[in-house]
Amino acid sequence: MTQTVAAVAKEARGRPLVAIRGVSKQFSNGTLAVRGVDLDLADGEFVSLLGPSGCGKSTLLRMIAGLGEPSVGAIDWPTSPYGSNGRAEPDLGFVFQDPTLMPWANALKNVMLPMTLAGVGKADAEARAADMLALVGLRGFEKSYPRELSGGMKMRVSIARGLVTKPKILLMDEPFAALDEITRHKLNDDLLALWDRNRFTAVFVTHSVFESVYLSQRIVVMAARPGRIMADLPVDAPYPRDDLFRTSAEYAHLCRVASETLKKAIAG
Amino acid sequence: MTDAPMPASLPHDGTDAEARPVFAEERRILGLAASTWPGILAPLAIGILALLGWEAIVRIKDIPHYVLPGPLLIAKTLVLDWETLSGSLWITLRITFAALVAAVTLGVALAILFTQSKWLEKSLFPYAVVLQVTPVVSIAPLIIIWVGDINLSLLICAWLVAFFPILSNTILGLNSADHNLVNLFQLYRASRSQTLRHLRLPAALPYFLAGLKISGGLALIGAVVAEFVAGSGGSASGLAYRILESGYQLRIPRMFAALIMISASGIAIFLITSWIAHLFLRRWHESAIRREN
Ligand SMILES: Nc1ncnc2c1ncn2[C@@H]1O[C@H](COP(=O)(O)OP(=O)(O)OP(=O)(O)O)[C@@H](O)[C@H]1O
Ligand SMILES: [Mg+2]
Repeated sequence: MTQTVAAVAKEARGRPLVAIRGVSKQFSNGTLAVRGVDLDLADGEFVSLLGPSGCGKSTLLRMIAGLGEPSVGAIDWPTSPYGSNGRAEPDLGFVFQDPTLMPWANALKNVMLPMTLAGVGKADAEARAADMLALVGLRGFEKSYPRELSGGMKMRVSIARGLVTKPKILLMDEPFAALDEITRHKLNDDLLALWDRNRFTAVFVTHSVFESVYLSQRIVVMAARPGRIMADLPVDAPYPRDDLFRTSAEYAHLCRVASETLKKAIAG
Repeated sequence: MTDAPMPASLPHDGTDAEARPVFAEERRILGLAASTWPGILAPLAIGILALLGWEAIVRIKDIPHYVLPGPLLIAKTLVLDWETLSGSLWITLRITFAALVAAVTLGVALAILFTQSKWLEKSLFPYAVVLQVTPVVSIAPLIIIWVGDINLSLLICAWLVAFFPILSNTILGLNSADHNLVNLFQLYRASRSQTLRHLRLPAALPYFLAGLKISGGLALIGAVVAEFVAGSGGSASGLAYRILESGYQLRIPRMFAALIMISASGIAIFLITSWIAHLFLRRWHESAIRREN
């Protein structure tokens, strides 16, 4: 541990944040959910996992988060001092498909949870949670309980909770799948703004081609039975992306490419 | 992520998040919301009609009071014998309350213990079921003989009856925390005690309170049944003893008065436990919230 900061940084360059090597997952009932996945996630990149229902996206994402060990293979965090020997980097955020809020706690308390569990002081945690809620557009709703919030607002609280610790990596499992299109577009833009500002590594699971193209720098296309990676598409469009991008020919073209790849993946 | 200070807010364009909560006040009559009054007045009217009918039948048919006393006579007895009866009521309520407190303490403590160790649950839970399915009347005499002290015996009997709903409901509640939330706590490396405190106990609260509502009534039933078994042999003289005594002496109005006190106590216990449940759950649990669709 006598390396200088510069040396560490130099070594870190070129090494991925997450290195998934030959990972397969078989559940105890015999289902082979994921087979032979090799995937590198670079620090600060926005990656989408795109694939049909049941192709093992959630399973893979949960394994990255350390929820469930791979049956075969390993997930390494080469640059992290904590995330080795099959342990996940503790500095991560996770957003589930459902908001997964504690119904007995108001929005502020929900966002404070990661800090409460980490033993952060109450005043500090409250201030940071309030800032984060304001950032996702929920100023004034600190005292509202989840049941008093709309679906989109609950999802915002969930994202605020995922980001409040300023994690290295944010894993999202179809976070906007249950929302209407207007709200989804809005939340997509907000998510990109947050990412642009803080440059966490984002892994975004979705089965929407349009969403994956709009958001990410890279789309990992998966196929089902067994779940495996079929293609790794770069999305070479500059940020910031906005409604202009959404209506551009470039976007349409990228969507067509991704869509065709996905179709091929489903066909096998 | 960088440590740059978070800017004030992202620009917004009027989606749902722009709305601010507005709470509408409902009209109130005598401190209660206007819509709760029909629920109070309707059963009250039925009750008064029934009492009038009862009194009328007793008078018209000239039924002797040692067969069926009218409500007026019962009310009079209630006032005249208030001193003896209220003393007995106090004794019964004390046992009921002590049994309920013991049931809550032991039920919750055991439930927490069981959810911490599956082995403990597997080995002890069957015995809790055995205690539950054994009718209290059948073991009350044994308990009274073994324990000796009559008050303590009554307490144990009432506790036996009240204990199980709290135990089984709290176990169910502790295990019913949302699976994804459990995962989230895992992700954030929460300790066992943190998970218990911030997740399992709050998730168990509605189940526990439902158990409390049942156990409150059961504690009273347990206390009364045990008093019946102890009968005149005991020095204690709760309401059940008054009923037995009035039976022997053919003082039927007094028997009815004691009966009414038991029923009223049961209703009071139910209302109090319901109110407690409402206080705890009104902000967040579906059962305690009136939906505005
Ligand atoms: N706990 C489990 N036990 C057994 N099988 C499971 C379990 N979880 C998932 N599976 C199976 O693994 C496969 C992949 O599931 P997974 O949830 O990862 O798919 P997904 O790509 O996230 O799908 P969706 O888009 O519908 O969420 C499915 O066939 C599913 O039935
Ligand atoms: Mg999934």
